[in-house]
Amino acid sequence: MIKPVILWTDALLFLLTALVVVFIFYARRKPHIRRPWQRIFQGRIAMSSVVILLAFIVIGLLDSLHYRVALEANDAASETHYAIEVLSALDVLTGTLRTREEKSYSAPFATHLYIKENVDLPDGGQARIYPRLEYGGRHLGDGLDDKAADIARRTGLSLLQAVLAGALLSLLLALALARRHGCSSKDMLQRIFTRRTDIPWHIMLLTLTLLLAVIFLVINLASVYHVLGTDKVGKDVLYLSLKSIRTGLLIGTLTTLVMLPFAIFMGIMAGYARGWIDDVVQYIYTTLNSIPGVLLIAAAILMLQVYIANHPELFETTLERSDIRLLFLCIILGITSWTGLCRLLRGESLKLRESEYIQAAVSFGVSHSRIMTRHILPNVMHIVLITVVLDFSGLVLAEAVLSYVGVGVDPTMNSWGNMINGARLEMAREPVVWWSLLSAFLFMFTLVLAANLFSDAVRDAFDPRTVVQRGGK
Amino acid sequence: MFAYIIRRVAYAIPILIGVNVLTFYLFFVVNSPDDMARMHLGQKRVTPEAIEKWKASHGYNKPLLLNRDAEGSGRFTETIFFDKSVRLFAFDFGYSDEGRDIGHDIRQRMLPSLAIAVPALLLGLLVNITFALLMAFFRGTYVDVSGVILCVILMSISGMFYIIGGQYLLAKLFRLMPISGYDVGPDMVRYLVLPVVIGVVSGIGSGSRWYRTFFLEEAGKDYVRTARAKGLSESLVQFRHILRNALIPIVTGVVVVLPLLFMGSLLTESFFAIPGLGSYTIDAIRNQDFAVVRAMVFLGTVLYIIGLILVDITYTIVDPRVRLT
Repeated sequence: MIKPVILWTDALLFLLTALVVVFIFYARRKPHIRRPWQRIFQGRIAMSSVVILLAFIVIGLLDSLHYRVALEANDAASETHYAIEVLSALDVLTGTLRTREEKSYSAPFATHLYIKENVDLPDGGQARIYPRLEYGGRHLGDGLDDKAADIARRTGLSLLQAVLAGALLSLLLALALARRHGCSSKDMLQRIFTRRTDIPWHIMLLTLTLLLAVIFLVINLASVYHVLGTDKVGKDVLYLSLKSIRTGLLIGTLTTLVMLPFAIFMGIMAGYARGWIDDVVQYIYTTLNSIPGVLLIAAAILMLQVYIANHPELFETTLERSDIRLLFLCIILGITSWTGLCRLLRGESLKLRESEYIQAAVSFGVSHSRIMTRHILPNVMHIVLITVVLDFSGLVLAEAVLSYVGVGVDPTMNSWGNMINGARLEMAREPVVWWSLLSAFLFMFTLVLAANLFSDAVRDAFDPRTVVQRGGK
Repeated sequence: MFAYIIRRVAYAIPILIGVNVLTFYLFFVVNSPDDMARMHLGQKRVTPEAIEKWKASHGYNKPLLLNRDAEGSGRFTETIFFDKSVRLFAFDFGYSDEGRDIGHDIRQRMLPSLAIAVPALLLGLLVNITFALLMAFFRGTYVDVSGVILCVILMSISGMFYIIGGQYLLAKLFRLMPISGYDVGPDMVRYLVLPVVIGVVSGIGSGSRWYRTFFLEEAGKDYVRTARAKGLSESLVQFRHILRNALIPIVTGVVVVLPLLFMGSLLTESFFAIPGLGSYTIDAIRNQDFAVVRAMVFLGTVLYIIGLILVDITYTIVDPRVRLT
């Protein structure tokens, strides 16, 4: 028996996903929206970053399906109680990664603990040795010399699996495309690999195959080793990094979702209505903008901490508490970051309201609210889109800094910021514990790099200035 | 010009009032001083007397906005709002929750912050402009393309990795300089090299990519084509025409952050244990010293507004077409 748990951030994340899906279906039928997207889809770098971003998003969404397991009842009559621990679909998929905890630090692929311990010997004495890990490399038994061979064998197997899966995917894609274009699938396959398709399928397939290779490597190796080592309390670092993906994605997307309504409404109102409304909106965003962002966030989070500390009865589980804190962090980040977009939208609306088609609408007697929603809003959407995509990577990076300062996500929550924060002390140890930092770096870097490359493509496609430049050449 | 500056300073007053009201609301209305006292004294089993004592010793035992017990103007001055918020306008920051004079601490800690921030800014400017010029000069070639890709890669690395990685590589592995610390006198340079170098390196990605767009924008303008058409050498066009004009947005972008240099960098100062204002702020946040955070919010806002006014003045200097009225 399980009981689904829907956290606030889960609900918002799924709402956002639904909005994106609706937008995709809407945009498919509008040629003027489709055109810039088609340009993005033709970019090779953009499409391989899309594949990687999608992988992150899938993991994040899986990790947002939360549930609690029912505890075994003592007798049939008593009502069922649920475990205090909230799990997610990702925990099911990663299998025993969560439960295979060692005692303390162990290096990637290690079979022994990283620190010496006093161990009772069978003959009654004591020795200070590196104890054998409970799970890492257990299948090897006593044959520790075979470790290198075992890793090589598993790596080879994974690569083979990835290549096979990649080939299979190419075939399926060629079949699907051939049906749509009405040519033979052999022709289609040839076109894909001689790069004669509009969308760079060959690059996407290559990225996907590389991604699959990583996934198969993880499946084959992580089930018997700690691929990225274990942390201070013996948790698998790979598992922690995977769980952190959701936090990073949430900070990057929910912040935008929270701030968009304000920024759009206030920006367009100020630009279109002018007069005292404009003065008020300008005053609000200048004031908020004047406060250094970190300090405003710090002030707000400190106050939230006091509030949470004084009202412990509001939260059933620690996850719910850290979830509220995450949501609040998104709201605060949104409050500090909407000002830039609002200013841009105000400027653009000021310009648009003087244009002929708005004046024509006014003279036809179209109401102000209708002009704002039907005539101005669609014409500033490109600015909104560019800002949203450009902000994403900055927000993911900001999370790490804020967690370090102590005003980020809850310290109990899995996040890259918390991992880096812990790694600071680990780097000062002798010998150095480097793998937590490396894992946080790898995951964060991949996500942020993909987001940066994608956002560049979006900006190039939607920004009228770059479009004009390209047309002029 | 002078009248303009006066007017800009006058505009700043309502903004500062707004910031003050906001922080006052955050710190005293969302959570009452009682909540704060309970937080500082520990959550459980706090006697009301202990709370009253804590409030009295920190000056939080007055009414928030209006003191009905006081006479005359005291009705308004004998309040928390006047004590803690209005006094900030006179740069009277009061005492921290630990009982230290905040104004004195700030004056003491400004210099170490500047000692890192100023060299990092100047050196960073030089490096970024050089890289941007290089990319713009070779625009469209492999140098440019790979330069831009490198910039995006550098941008995608969190600043904390630069600091931790730099500390590990240069200080711990190669032992070129101390990992962290600060000293006045001739030894200061030894401590400053690493934070400055890391500050410059972590800014290269976004900085030079941003400056590159300025150069490219200028390079596409008509006067550049005219200069080439009349037979000027390419280096003359690059340095005398493009560089000088692209410097306008670069200089104004730098001027706006100049006053904020006093605030120091949160990350750098705390990682390198430099007793500047950045580490002061972080320590205050970690110790939940609300008085210091409030003071820093106000100080940061004032410096930001000064930066905006400086930018306007700079515009009239670097671009004679701009007139302030």
